[in-house]
Amino acid sequence: MLNRAKLRNYALPLALLAALAVSLLFVMTALAQDDMPTDDEVNKIAKDLYCPVCESTPLDVCPTEACRQWRELIRQQLAEGKSEEEIKQYFVTYYGARVLSEPPNRLASYLVPALAFLAGAFLLFRGFRMWLKPLAVESAVPTEDAEAFPQDEYIRRMEEELKKRK
Amino acid sequence: MIADFGYGVLVVAFLTALYSVYAAVYGELKKNPPLVESARRAMLLTWPLLTLAAGMLIYLLVNDHYEVQFVYEVTSRSMPLYLKVTAWWGGQAGSLLFWSWLMAAFTSLVTLRKWDRDREFLPWVIAVGGVTMAFFIGMNVFFENPFAKLYQTFNGNIAAYTIQPANSILFTPSDGRGLNPLLRHPGMIIHPPMLYLGFVSFVIPYAFAMAALITGRTDDRWIRITRRWTLWAWLFLSAGLVLGGRWAYDVLGWGGYWGWDPVEIAAFMPWLTGTAFLHSVMIQEKRGLFKYWNMLLIVLTYDLVIFGTFLTRSGVLSSVHSFAQSAIGPAFFAFIGITLITSAGLILYRWDMLKSETKMTSMLSREALFLFNNLLFMGILVICFWGVIYPLISELFTGQKVTVGPPFYERATSPLFAALLLLMGIAPLSAWGHSTLKTLGRAIWKPAVGAGIITAILAFTYTQNVIALVGFFLIALVILVTLYEYGRGALARQRSQGENIFLAFWNLTGRNRRRYGGYIIHISMMLMAIGILGIELFQVETQGTIAIGDSLELSGYTIKYKEVASWDNPGAGVNYTRAVVEVYDANGNLLGNLHPRKDFYFDTQQPMTIPGQLASLKDEVYVLLIDWEPINQESTTFKIFVNPLVNWLWLGSLLFFVGVLIAAWPERDAERVTVRTGKRAHQASAAD
Repeated sequence: MLNRAKLRNYALPLALLAALAVSLLFVMTALAQDDMPTDDEVNKIAKDLYCPVCESTPLDVCPTEACRQWRELIRQQLAEGKSEEEIKQYFVTYYGARVLSEPPNRLASYLVPALAFLAGAFLLFRGFRMWLKPLAVESAVPTEDAEAFPQDEYIRRMEEELKKRK
Repeated sequence: MIADFGYGVLVVAFLTALYSVYAAVYGELKKNPPLVESARRAMLLTWPLLTLAAGMLIYLLVNDHYEVQFVYEVTSRSMPLYLKVTAWWGGQAGSLLFWSWLMAAFTSLVTLRKWDRDREFLPWVIAVGGVTMAFFIGMNVFFENPFAKLYQTFNGNIAAYTIQPANSILFTPSDGRGLNPLLRHPGMIIHPPMLYLGFVSFVIPYAFAMAALITGRTDDRWIRITRRWTLWAWLFLSAGLVLGGRWAYDVLGWGGYWGWDPVEIAAFMPWLTGTAFLHSVMIQEKRGLFKYWNMLLIVLTYDLVIFGTFLTRSGVLSSVHSFAQSAIGPAFFAFIGITLITSAGLILYRWDMLKSETKMTSMLSREALFLFNNLLFMGILVICFWGVIYPLISELFTGQKVTVGPPFYERATSPLFAALLLLMGIAPLSAWGHSTLKTLGRAIWKPAVGAGIITAILAFTYTQNVIALVGFFLIALVILVTLYEYGRGALARQRSQGENIFLAFWNLTGRNRRRYGGYIIHISMMLMAIGILGIELFQVETQGTIAIGDSLELSGYTIKYKEVASWDNPGAGVNYTRAVVEVYDANGNLLGNLHPRKDFYFDTQQPMTIPGQLASLKDEVYVLLIDWEPINQESTTFKIFVNPLVNWLWLGSLLFFVGVLIAAWPERDAERVTVRTGKRAHQASAAD
């Protein structure tokens, strides 16, 4: 009996609380719908992500169901106010660095081709210096004028024809 | 029965290829011409044999023999006849057979040519072609038998076997799994044959290069013989790449044509070395320089072709293209290693013979600029190669899997591509042997001023994006320089021959097809560059969910959703969902109706997203149907791209083929013509 009396005492505040909770839920979902990130905002982040299954297909265009769920995950996190970096980090934490469109260690990925290219360029220029050196000695006698060199036969003949034309 | 016979024919073809290698090498070493002739005939026999095997495979495909594993995997009853035939190259085993078949056709063509003038090359060309072919037929015979049948063993397991295992019964599924719907597109039907044609035809110049090294005839004879082969190979490979791009654009539904997918890069790498080779052989022909470099380039191209096939076929990288995976990787890897080491060894062995005949005399001469061109192509190659193998290296050494995606390639290669454009602008003006800043400056200032004016106009009317303006300046420069050179040649001819200007253009091109075909190719590349620049820098996209009657706006276009319908086509085994949208421009004028589609294939349970495209030279509106509600039709999701200038890319590729055809079209007895014109060169007119 006592219990029931006690309950009765609490009934009103409890009902009020419940009503408040329900209305809060409504407001929240309404708010959430208003603030729901657009597809474009989601795709902007998804563009730079790759799911581990559909390799070489960026997340923003991947048609599979799993990738659709990932995009919804991005949307949720955006709605929670997370930044682009935080969202990407979330996926990296769970699925590894392969979800990113570029290796995290940029230095390693760019350094090797850059060095290889510079080495090639160096070899080529060293080659040029080697080839041209004996020539520079020979041409101590001034033959600087371009006309002194044997011109490309085809161009020479064409120039002649053009001169005649004028 | 047919399947067993087909496999038997494959084995015979394999043995024939091996015999031709043996007979060619042994016959040549023992100076036994009849044996070499026998090798030639064996080589000629491989093509009919492989045609027979392919015919039987097609018979099985067309007649729904699903007890054959390959047929079961790539066809289904609902597929139309032409798709059942082209499913031949829709899977691993079949496409390897297709490779061998094309290869056999090319080596047969080579052995049919008149060999009076360079008989010493013949045995070695047969040997190299035979080794390559035996390798590929061997793949079919030992690892990937397209004729393997499904058997159910006593414990209930079903697997494919070449020879029926004991205590098993033949297992015949009632229907096949069907071809991947992505491969049912017309673009995908032509794309692989083109790519493969490009791949196999690069084997021919390689075979001649090796023959030249082995016989010691390292002059430019091998280059002159294979010049046209190389151009055709390049044409096919380029066509394969372009068609692949178009297919991706029309079918994959990501609004682009090139995703820097490892397998795309696999086909792009031999193209890079092949293009460098096409340019650098001219240095050897004109000036006798860098013979070892040309050898190296053709070896690289050959091995990149094999490497490309390896990447696509072995499943070492799983990507959109790797529809099939198998255990042939190690064999490919070994073959690449062996051919690379043997070729490099031969080059070292003949190093003394490969010395240059003359000296480089100027850093601005045509040959020097070609070397810069080669440096840039090799730079792009290194970036591509590194990007493809970096994930493998990373996984191997650190255990971390990584993705190397478009941002890496775009950032790393774009400066090199820009430098290539600049070179394309300068090189046609420089002379063989010697050029100075003064002579170049005198030639280039007019086109440069013209390009500057065009860029200024674009800056006022089209874009203020600096990268785009630099790109447009370079493109304008190349086009103007090329037209300037072309025009000067035509004017000279008009003067000397008294022809009208159009006839002069026509005859000029005809008389020096390689030079002017090359110029047309340069211009076409620039048109393609306009498209690439447009889509790379200015592409915009939006995605939204709307109801019928609502619209989405993007970049001045309004896309209005009219209706959607869905229906089955039971005969073809497809469900189609098609939306109708109207496209309006900024002034509210109706530009047209688009029909973006989603096709769902029942047999493979795969969807396909077909865009609606509204094309113009300025923009392309590209609409995708992403998602739709079957019941209320109230919310349908569309993705819209506006791809500025992209159609210049396709336009450029058409002109590209015209250019290559002009350069590569066979002349009547080309070699005799060369000799004759060589004799009278001193008295002939320039524009000839």
